[in-house]
Amino acid sequence: MSSARDVTDLTFEAEVLLNDKPVIVDFWAPWCGPCRAVSPILDAIAEAHADKIDIVKLNVDDFPDLAVQYNILNIPAMKVFRGGEVVKTVVGAKPRPALEQDLAEFLA
Amino acid sequence: MRELVIIGSGPAGYTAAIYAARADLSPLVITSSVEMGGDLMKTTEVDNFPGFPEGVMGPDLMMGMQAQAERFGAELLFDDATAVDLAGPVKRITVGNGDVIEAKTVILSMGSEYRRLGLADEARLSGFGVSWCATCDGAFFRNRTVAVVGGGDSAMEEATFLTKFADKVLLIHRSDQFRASPAMLNRAKADPKIEFVTNASVTGILGADTVAGVSLAMADGSSRTLDVDGLFIAVGSDPRTALIAEQVTLTDTGNVWVEGRSSRTSLNGVFAAGDIIDPTYRQAIVAAGSGAVAAMDAQHFLEASND
Repeated sequence: MSSARDVTDLTFEAEVLLNDKPVIVDFWAPWCGPCRAVSPILDAIAEAHADKIDIVKLNVDDFPDLAVQYNILNIPAMKVFRGGEVVKTVVGAKPRPALEQDLAEFLA
Repeated sequence: MRELVIIGSGPAGYTAAIYAARADLSPLVITSSVEMGGDLMKTTEVDNFPGFPEGVMGPDLMMGMQAQAERFGAELLFDDATAVDLAGPVKRITVGNGDVIEAKTVILSMGSEYRRLGLADEARLSGFGVSWCATCDGAFFRNRTVAVVGGGDSAMEEATFLTKFADKVLLIHRSDQFRASPAMLNRAKADPKIEFVTNASVTGILGADTVAGVSLAMADGSSRTLDVDGLFIAVGSDPRTALIAEQVTLTDTGNVWVEGRSSRTSLNGVFAAGDIIDPTYRQAIVAAGSGAVAAMDAQHFLEASND
């Protein structure tokens, strides 16, 4: 089972914008092969760094308005939110070491 | 030590795994951590793979191949091969988690990787309007104008797919001759949403935070700028040989050299299959057949050396 939770337009504010910890939002869709590939990698990162960050998943098919609001042009797109603001964007499926390197400042 | 390790999980890798597993070689497939299933995972309908009269979705085809390989006992490792030592009788493959796997034989089936345009702003805007995967990203360009650059089947497929979402698709190609098959080219030409911009080379990608346009050098010496919200790059691919280029002989097209119609590379016990050996055809069915060849070659090699 996924260790990164799904968020919806109803839970986005509480889980992401008002979260005390940095939150990585994985914008994904079920028809996107690279999204399916990166999903278990994000689960593993979420589990390994649960004390530092939250990782949540947002299905852009179900919530297109949020995808538009955050100007998603490619998926998978992983946006790091801190204090309600996007502070980092990583785009594209990457192996775990590369992804952890991109996100290092939030995982340490 | 393993009998056989297969690096890559496209049609060549999975077909090799099916054949090798059925020959009781208990193959390990190193699938890659993010590109398992290969390029077909990024496609939609595949209409030319025999046995599917109504077509099949690329990801479904690959999930089927994976399940078929697993059914016969192939083991999958969802990680990347990061280093290899292929010269001696014991082949060593280092994977992303640091483990070193030893094997008597190896099949190289890492396929190919998308070619980049080589422009200054390509990497900066990658993920911000520059894309290599219309099926992944096309839906974000609803009611917008996008460009596809390229002249082959994949450029035609991308352009046609993008018309589902975009208002207008500009197909930019450096020549007025196309490598694309007549069926794909004619479908794109007949589409009222696709506009062909030929004899045009992309010289720049414009945009501060996201793609806003492309600049073109026209064959007649003039230059043009097109306002687009996205640029999909489909200018071909190169064999993915970085991992092994220093160890096996390559051809002048950059493919892994194999002996005649076999899959035997320049190294004993190392075989290659699929797009990585193919400068010409690069079709799923060809790669699959090539994977079967490699598994049988590996099996024969193991039988001869275990005698």
